[in-house]
Amino acid sequence: MKKITKYVLTDILRNKIIIGYTIFLLLISLSLFNLEDSASKGLLSLLNIVLIIIPLVCVIFSTIYIYNSAEFIELLVSQPLKRKQLWLSLFTGLAGSLAFSFLIGIGIPVLLYAATATGYIMIAMGLLLTVIFVAIAMFAAVIARDKAKGIGLSIFLWLYFSLLFDGLILFVLFQFQDYPLEKFMVVASALNPIDLSRIMVLLKMDTSALMGYTGAVFRDFFGTNTGFIIAIAILLGWIVVVFWWSLRKFIRKDL
Amino acid sequence: MIIASNVTKKFGKLAALNNVSATCNKGECIALIGPNGSGKTTFIKSILGMVVPDSGFITFNGRNIIHDWMYRRHIGYMPQIGRYPDNMTIGQVFSMMKDIRAHKTGKPVDESLIKAFGLDQLLQKRMRTLSGGTRQKVSASLAFLFNPDVLILDEPTAGLDPLSSEILKEKIKSEKDKGKLVLITSHILSELDELITHVIYMQDGNVQFHKKLSDLQKDTGEEKLARAIASVMSKK
Amino acid sequence: MKKLIYIFAGLMMTGFTSFARIIKVGKQQQVRSISQAISLASAGDTIWVENGTYREKNMVINKPVVLLGINYPVLDGEHQYEIISVKANNVTIKGFRIENTGVSSLEDIAAIKIYSCSNVTVSGNIFKDTFFGIYSQSSVNCLFENNKLTASAKTEQASGNGIHCWKSDSLRIIGNTITGHRDGIYFEFVTNSVIWRNDSHNNMRYGLHFMFSNNDAYISNIFRNNGAGVSVMFTHGVKMFNNYFEENWGDASYGIFLKEISDSYIIGNKFLRNTSGIFMEGASRVRVEKNEFKDNGWAMKIQASSTDNVITRNNFLGNTFDVGTNGTLVMNSFDHNYWDKYEGYDLNRDNTGDIPYRPVSLYSMIVEKNPSAMMLYRSFMTSLLDKSEKILPTLTPENLKDNYPLMKPLAL
Repeated sequence: MKKITKYVLTDILRNKIIIGYTIFLLLISLSLFNLEDSASKGLLSLLNIVLIIIPLVCVIFSTIYIYNSAEFIELLVSQPLKRKQLWLSLFTGLAGSLAFSFLIGIGIPVLLYAATATGYIMIAMGLLLTVIFVAIAMFAAVIARDKAKGIGLSIFLWLYFSLLFDGLILFVLFQFQDYPLEKFMVVASALNPIDLSRIMVLLKMDTSALMGYTGAVFRDFFGTNTGFIIAIAILLGWIVVVFWWSLRKFIRKDL
Repeated sequence: MIIASNVTKKFGKLAALNNVSATCNKGECIALIGPNGSGKTTFIKSILGMVVPDSGFITFNGRNIIHDWMYRRHIGYMPQIGRYPDNMTIGQVFSMMKDIRAHKTGKPVDESLIKAFGLDQLLQKRMRTLSGGTRQKVSASLAFLFNPDVLILDEPTAGLDPLSSEILKEKIKSEKDKGKLVLITSHILSELDELITHVIYMQDGNVQFHKKLSDLQKDTGEEKLARAIASVMSKK
Repeated sequence: MKKLIYIFAGLMMTGFTSFARIIKVGKQQQVRSISQAISLASAGDTIWVENGTYREKNMVINKPVVLLGINYPVLDGEHQYEIISVKANNVTIKGFRIENTGVSSLEDIAAIKIYSCSNVTVSGNIFKDTFFGIYSQSSVNCLFENNKLTASAKTEQASGNGIHCWKSDSLRIIGNTITGHRDGIYFEFVTNSVIWRNDSHNNMRYGLHFMFSNNDAYISNIFRNNGAGVSVMFTHGVKMFNNYFEENWGDASYGIFLKEISDSYIIGNKFLRNTSGIFMEGASRVRVEKNEFKDNGWAMKIQASSTDNVITRNNFLGNTFDVGTNGTLVMNSFDHNYWDKYEGYDLNRDNTGDIPYRPVSLYSMIVEKNPSAMMLYRSFMTSLLDKSEKILPTLTPENLKDNYPLMKPLAL
């Protein structure tokens, strides 16, 4: 399994899109840190990139990569290999290389300009989001046989997590605004990795004071060490569950 | 060696395999023939475990393949279209496959095709720069690389130039003579004449017949495979 | 003859009282305690207290004397007593280090408490771990200047205010530094007074707490990092000039919290990094001019109950939200400010934007209606909402806008 991972990794790391993506992230983060007058402002602007661009690139790139590797995957499936191993290798290769790009493109600038608790937590969240969206992409690719449908599905999932979900939350908030919804919000945030990551980063920033009572509820829950561990566990859970689901589908899939 | 019993596979409403049974033994070279969409590729994929039958089962050396993935170390497979990760070199593809398989069989690797196709000169080339024909050569070389007992070749000569096609045929013949089981699908019936011993003819997911080539020739009175098949078709 | 001597002695005595005497108190002196000195002193005397620690329980100053500390003698209340009670006019207390008053939840124990007196001066003292520092009750024309008050409040219940003034008039509170108390400066029913050049920071609740106190001015003070900032309530005629309101971060923290204020002026102040720079509730006829609002969560939050306020010629820079409001009908004027988020243009180059600026974003309206929505802060969703609202305003208050936004920040 290590061997296939190694070959997938070397293949992806030479990919022009990945190289371009790394450079793009590096340019964006360096220019943000240099343009904004303080590192914490730069970090705040970078947060949008981490929450929107990274999931989008990860999900689209991974989906396309899986579809483009369809014949190669078929060939490997015909070899004496467990499908589980193969799928896990692909996942590790994709997640590993995209995470590597992220570390170079955003991790290093953040460490250089804003090596604070907020900076560290943003790197952690970016890495987790990268891996989660690779898993989501693999899920989309395994359930849709057609490439166009698969890419469509993965973009839709991205749109759902970055936009539609929040729209639903807003809708629920206004439908039930006479009820105390803070606990509901805590649960809801666990249902969307992008929201959870955003909240984890914002809680570390001083802007968290703007969040009022709901913010305080969140801080009580996620702001503690236990809460931090719970949040990380939830995000890891996202990776495990989505990947496991895609694996189950892949094992039974007709190629 | 390979026994398929009542294998049925449906994709939606379409029955790609309909109650297919077949027995393939060592030393045979079987041509899998039929029009497009007749279920040839699905049958091959079922044997390789890439497609899981809805019902029926396939055994390899007496063991049901569904719970066993190690049997594939005895198979060399050449797919219809070979595509490989764009940024890998030919050399990397070979060494990756060796990494995956070589230590499991313990047999020495057979690089004769790599040399015959001249691929050893191209080991540094990246896969995305290769023509379709060269990729076919890579696929063919990979299928024979590990001296497998069973060779499954899906349209092996499609896209190959006549010379390479001849090299490949020679290789298939010599492997058959070593007592291996060879399964070939091909549209170009004329080139199969000299290779095959048996014919499986499929249509609409059904096996129409499974005969020795000599029997087929006897029944139809035709020497050439193409003509023999045509004569069978016309009788229906 | 004896009679003559008595008369002479009597004359001598009156002579001593009419000329101010100096009574020295110290370990080396005949008078060892301040209380003893006070009882010996007569009006107008100076009590000269040398360096040392004095534990004298409660000292009552009941005659007009000057209490002068040399090299900061320590007055220790042993965590039990009100240290000095001033019950006479024209008292001056200067140069002491006053420590460890009692703490009580029933009475307001102070380091120096002034009971209905006038012309009392408390100057240049150091207060350390006092419950209340300086407490003025029904007093007139007092001066508290250049004192340094440091307490270490842990809870609001177990801490008092630094300078606490109640029902007083014509006070001058100048140049004090107050930290670690419940409220830095507390005003209730205090009129015609001035608070000038004080530094009130890191207090539990408010840096300045101000109620029912009309016609006062506070000028050039610094209010930094207090639990809830500054609160000014139920008052008219307040002048707030050239103060700094900084870093009052917290769930319910404000630069200034204004409640039921009218006919007042907020001019030339700086509001930096507060959760809300100015929070207005029921304020009317307040003029907000030439202030700078920078890096606040909300520069201003104006509840719909506020009317006829004029917000003009201010700089709004780097605030998360410029203006928040909870109503749709807005009766305040926002013209001629500089907003760094303004994206309009100025064709005729008169330094005034040609299209109005709307300082209320849709998302801030949503948050105002439904605070839980703050959890969507900085999400893709909310920035899209704001962008679309900017292009096609539908939900934000129609008349809350700056019709003449400035193109360049004012030099303030």
